[in-house]
Amino acid sequence: MKDHFLLAFSNLKRRGLRSWLTMIGIFIGIAAVVGLISLGQGLQGAINKQFEQLGKDKIIIQSKTMGPPGTATGKLILTTKDLNAIESVRGVERVVGILMKSSVIEFKDETKINFIIGINPKDAQIFSEMQDYKVIKGRDLRDGDGFKAVVGYNNLIDEKIWKRGVGIGSTITVGNVEFKIVGILGKTGDPYNDAAIYIPKDTLRNILNTQDEEDEIVVKTQEGFNPNDVAKSIERKLRQERDEKEGQETFTVQTSEQLLNSFTNIFNIVQGVLVGIAAISLLVGGIGIMNTMYTSVLERTKEIGTMKAVGAKNSDILQIFLFESGLLGLVGGIIGIGLGIGLGKGVQYIATIALGTNLLQASITLPLIFGALTFSFFIGTLSGILPAMQAAKLRPADALRYE
Amino acid sequence: MKNENIIELKDVCRYYRLGNTEIKALCDVNLEIKRGDFIAIVGPSGSGKSTMMNLVGALDLSSKGDIFLDGQNIEHLPESELAQIRGKKIGFVFQTFNLIPTLNAVENIALPMIFHGVGKEERMERAEEILKEVSLTHRRNHFPKELSGGERQRVAIGRALANDPEVILADEPTGNLDTKTGLEIMKIFVNLNKKGKTIILVTHNLNLIKYVQKVLKISDGKIIEQKKVKQHKIK
Repeated sequence: MKDHFLLAFSNLKRRGLRSWLTMIGIFIGIAAVVGLISLGQGLQGAINKQFEQLGKDKIIIQSKTMGPPGTATGKLILTTKDLNAIESVRGVERVVGILMKSSVIEFKDETKINFIIGINPKDAQIFSEMQDYKVIKGRDLRDGDGFKAVVGYNNLIDEKIWKRGVGIGSTITVGNVEFKIVGILGKTGDPYNDAAIYIPKDTLRNILNTQDEEDEIVVKTQEGFNPNDVAKSIERKLRQERDEKEGQETFTVQTSEQLLNSFTNIFNIVQGVLVGIAAISLLVGGIGIMNTMYTSVLERTKEIGTMKAVGAKNSDILQIFLFESGLLGLVGGIIGIGLGIGLGKGVQYIATIALGTNLLQASITLPLIFGALTFSFFIGTLSGILPAMQAAKLRPADALRYE
Repeated sequence: MKNENIIELKDVCRYYRLGNTEIKALCDVNLEIKRGDFIAIVGPSGSGKSTMMNLVGALDLSSKGDIFLDGQNIEHLPESELAQIRGKKIGFVFQTFNLIPTLNAVENIALPMIFHGVGKEERMERAEEILKEVSLTHRRNHFPKELSGGERQRVAIGRALANDPEVILADEPTGNLDTKTGLEIMKIFVNLNKKGKTIILVTHNLNLIKYVQKVLKISDGKIIEQKKVKQHKIK
């Protein structure tokens, strides 16, 4: 078998340029697949990490709106009444209501539209537990803070949001109300969080002239209670409270695990589609190998006849041609993996610079590398089956006569 | 006890179909080739010489009749067994040399042994011996395109000898060579015949038949004459 392999290798070497051109299809396909999967795995890891941070004991209640939190209107709006009802559910340890709005913000002589998050200062600690929310300068909001604000990291950096970044003690204006900045948050990598401005919920309510609106309610379950059971109880309670029928709810109740599953499902579908598209180039690469192998069989018909005349069996010829096509796939795969790793690391590098965080890490694992290698060899071999069979079936007398 | 006839054809016919027409390339041929014979098959183009060579060399099967090689009827054998028989019992030499361009001289000679399962060490040792026999030791690592016509044919003869077959089948072996080189090649065949090999030479070059022992004339797919001739020495 080793000799057959060497014969196949020498044939590929003979057709150097053609072999390289044939492999282009494979290595582009494998590079795309490896790059996308490594980034996908990295992203999945980052999402998992974020949810780990949120904790498995958390339940999130939102209104069933098509837009982002804070865009619900009319009957869809969650209220403090809902929040209070949730507090009474068995297994609920703590309930935090958050208000999220976009608003015009002024700093010095600049005006921007930014994301404002209203939280109750007494909930600041639990909120920071759930979000990647750490004060790196100054302090967090606390009871009695009426017109104080904590801002996301990007507000601090010159030319990021403001020409000259804000600092502790700077004053910003939200809807004609002035707030003194008392704290600056560390970088999260999420551009919304890094740009957001956190102010006391009651103050935000006054500015917006709303009384009891809540855009997101986060529940921490008591130890010993199953978050899924508590979530079902909350759902029942809210249906009762809001006078809604099962299946026609205007709100969603999801445990962090369910939320992660939803994310993972969507993510898997998106990744599946992307990898599928990349796989089309692999198919084209495979057809390229098949084409090259058919040409090779035609060109080497007399050579096949000669080998049969000197004792080669059909299986010998089949093996030689399968090794050739498999090698085209394998070498293409090796180069493709190299390019794919480069692609993944390149995107990781760009993302790190652009987002200023190492949230997106290309995950290059051994199963990914061996999987891609096996797959590329398989594609090569599969593409070579028909041409190899054609070569093996040639009758020696006919092959020797071929001009 | 070994059969006296190394090759035997009994009522052999070979037909080809060309569209709706059936072409009789060889018809009712009966032939016995004895061990150690040096025979030339001659005839004009299209007479059936190559068809005869293909059948005798187990490269093709007859449409009718039986072919015996070393006493064994090869007509109903599967392709894998035919391949083994070709590799072991027959050595082929072609007009256009048919060397594998990616292999050097010694590797080309060793090729049939690969298909016969001979280990690398033994294979290379035997190939080196053959290389010496055909006086090409100095061209050991040269590829076919780096060799002259005569040298290529000597490599091809070396390859035919690789598995030490009893029969050498040569199809117009001097056809692509000049007269002097052609005679050198004929000298190798004469020497091989002296060592006991059965040589079957297919040619339309009548100048070569004086160096063989028997001549077989074919015309229109039939043997029209079989005769012993006086074998001349090559000067």
